Amino acid sequence: MKPAPFEYVRPRTADEAVAALSEAADAKVLAGGQSLIPLLSMRLAAPATLVDLNGVEELAYVRTDDDGVRIGAMARHADVERDAAVAARQPLLRQALTLVAHPTIRNRGTAVGSIAHADPAAELPAVLAVLGGTLTCRSASGTRDITASECFVGPLESALRPDELATEIRLPALGPTSGTAIREAARRHGDYALVGVAAVVDVDGDDGAVRSARAGYFSVADTPVVLDLTDTVDEGPSWDRAAEHAMAALDPLGDIHASADYRRHLIGVLTRQALAAAHAEGRGSDG
Amino acid sequence: MAEPTHAIRLHVNGVAYDLDVPARRLLSDALRHDLELTGTHVGCEHGVCGACTVLLDGEPVRSCLTLAVSVDGQEVTTVEGLAADDGELGPVQQAFKDCHGLQCGFCTPGFLTTITAGLRDNPDPTRDEAREMIAGNLCRCTGYQNIVASVLRAAELSATAERDAFAGQTGGSRQKRHAQRERGGNDGGGTP
Repeated sequence: MKPAPFEYVRPRTADEAVAALSEAADAKVLAGGQSLIPLLSMRLAAPATLVDLNGVEELAYVRTDDDGVRIGAMARHADVERDAAVAARQPLLRQALTLVAHPTIRNRGTAVGSIAHADPAAELPAVLAVLGGTLTCRSASGTRDITASECFVGPLESALRPDELATEIRLPALGPTSGTAIREAARRHGDYALVGVAAVVDVDGDDGAVRSARAGYFSVADTPVVLDLTDTVDEGPSWDRAAEHAMAALDPLGDIHASADYRRHLIGVLTRQALAAAHAEGRGSDG
Repeated sequence: MAEPTHAIRLHVNGVAYDLDVPARRLLSDALRHDLELTGTHVGCEHGVCGACTVLLDGEPVRSCLTLAVSVDGQEVTTVEGLAADDGELGPVQQAFKDCHGLQCGFCTPGFLTTITAGLRDNPDPTRDEAREMIAGNLCRCTGYQNIVASVLRAAELSATAERDAFAGQTGGSRQKRHAQRERGGNDGGGTP
């Protein structure tokens, strides 16, 4: 199992990478390669040109400020996961990354690459979606931002054009009264999830009432799906109606790993768990 | 027409190698075919089994999910780099021998490199942490009980070697690279 031949370009700067993409007819961008290289080896992908970003140091950054977190295209999962400032600004990132494959894969794989790859079973696209993040991309004709709601078009298909380079994702900082959590069910730890839920719950500091509740689902449809569950949370808080709503609103498919019914069951269970955990985080962060 | 090649340099187990490889050459194949370092084993070739795990600048990575041209100039540690120059086993290797951590041995190189880096980051793991450390590596014959025991035994051996090395030499600067540290520690502990 070996990749088919391709022309190899190793830019040193983002400008060079963008130029290479604009010149090549059938090019793919290589960052961490943890999804692309298996596709190449199995010859499910056979691009004419590979633009390798591993020499582009200017894109290997993780930055935090009051607005949130900015992750460059060559920041590895492990870089993001270990960054204490990231965990403080937007804890959902670290929570999600611990579920992404195994540490060995996270040493190489990149967060921006995961977004560009747009695997509907992956954690990070759902994280970007539920947080309302942004993907920035560059081409010879300029820079544009793609909002999370427009970012995922279909399975393994993002809104990136072939000549565009995904350079950065931005994720907003978590509000002071909000909490996050992620829950997934997988056959083995580190596998892609059968179903997963990333939740953000905003909590009233005085009485713990839920101000808003959003959940981002992965492995339930062709793209990540975000549900606003605010109006389905009853006093208590009780998550029963939210779970029922999610089970009714989503229409998961069955495959060799799990039947559609089982996935729907997991949607209910995991919605309840993720919302409760995010609520507890929100209450805790307030005090 | 011959496929174009790229001149790269890999530092493998402390030795610099210059080689010409096609861009599509996987790091696993560059190690095995071009450098004839066949200790790195190739199992699934798509990143699932972990047998091909090597240390890249000290961090474990799947060599089958890495292009050799991509890591031009970087340092690679393979299983061949874990033993001392005189062939004395490193602590993780010794622990696998002590605890029957291998049967057929095919998956073992990936376990050894992964655990070497894992114990550097967490020198005294709990049993649960040991299981987590090896969760990305598959073994189809030995079973994981003995491999978990090997992780814990390797931690013991490393701690003992460090203590002995510390007692035997004062003021010695600690080596940065883990493989070297292990080798140094092991020499200090195992050689009278």
